[in-house]
Amino acid sequence: MLHLVLFLVFGAICVAGAINLLAQSHPISSALSLVVVMASLAVEYLLLGAEFVAAVQVIVYAGAVMVLFVFVIMLLNAGAEERTKGSHVALALGVPGVLAGGLLVAWTLLKRSDTGTVALGSLHGDPKTIASFLFHEFLLPFEITSILVLIAIMGAVVLASRPDLKPPAGKES
Amino acid sequence: MVPVSYYLVLSGILFACGVVGFLIKRNIITIFMSIELMLNGVNLSFVAFAAHLQKFSGQVFVFFVMVVAAAEAAVGLAIIIAVFRTRETLNVDQVNLLKL
Repeated sequence: MLHLVLFLVFGAICVAGAINLLAQSHPISSALSLVVVMASLAVEYLLLGAEFVAAVQVIVYAGAVMVLFVFVIMLLNAGAEERTKGSHVALALGVPGVLAGGLLVAWTLLKRSDTGTVALGSLHGDPKTIASFLFHEFLLPFEITSILVLIAIMGAVVLASRPDLKPPAGKES
Repeated sequence: MVPVSYYLVLSGILFACGVVGFLIKRNIITIFMSIELMLNGVNLSFVAFAAHLQKFSGQVFVFFVMVVAAAEAAVGLAIIIAVFRTRETLNVDQVNLLKL
């Protein structure tokens, strides 16, 4: 019962944050509602027992990635976005289409699937277990993602550097 | 006891919000945040299926998704800075050429 109440409360916060992200016109407001979504998702992970995933979600997503976003928004001095009028046909067909598709998927998942129920914290993903999987069974993907991060760091530095900026005098080779 | 399908519906709602934001938003940074929202929705279904199948692979895979998302955020925001430097705008309607 407590599990269901916690799921519903934090699921509602999550969906409210996601809808607020769409409704706000200023990027800073959208970024802060994305932080709300990620923090409440961390609680949902905790309810499923994935405690290490929840901690990493808060540290990496709600912390590092969102700081990067807010930093870029501040750096570029982004103002409120200009709304452009979309076509009426897209609005008239798109909204009922999305609602019908969503209701069909939700009905199928809720009534026609035999996925059963999960107890509170049913799969206890503590750091020790996760690490033993990450460094034995998933060692090759782990090493490949480390190369990916290295390439991403170099790419970010190259893309964000200014080509017209001269190196300081006296250090040219 | 909560049905797994509740978690899947929540994950679907988050993914749908991300898709709608990707399509209707005009600010390039907000579009980027919608992509992060979609990735978070997928992560929730990974963890829910991990709990349902009692396998840790789903929880481990979430870390790979997070690493890819972090790399994508770093490169994407660098691209946004480069675009802003040449065009002085963040509105995607005014960014219609790959090269100036």
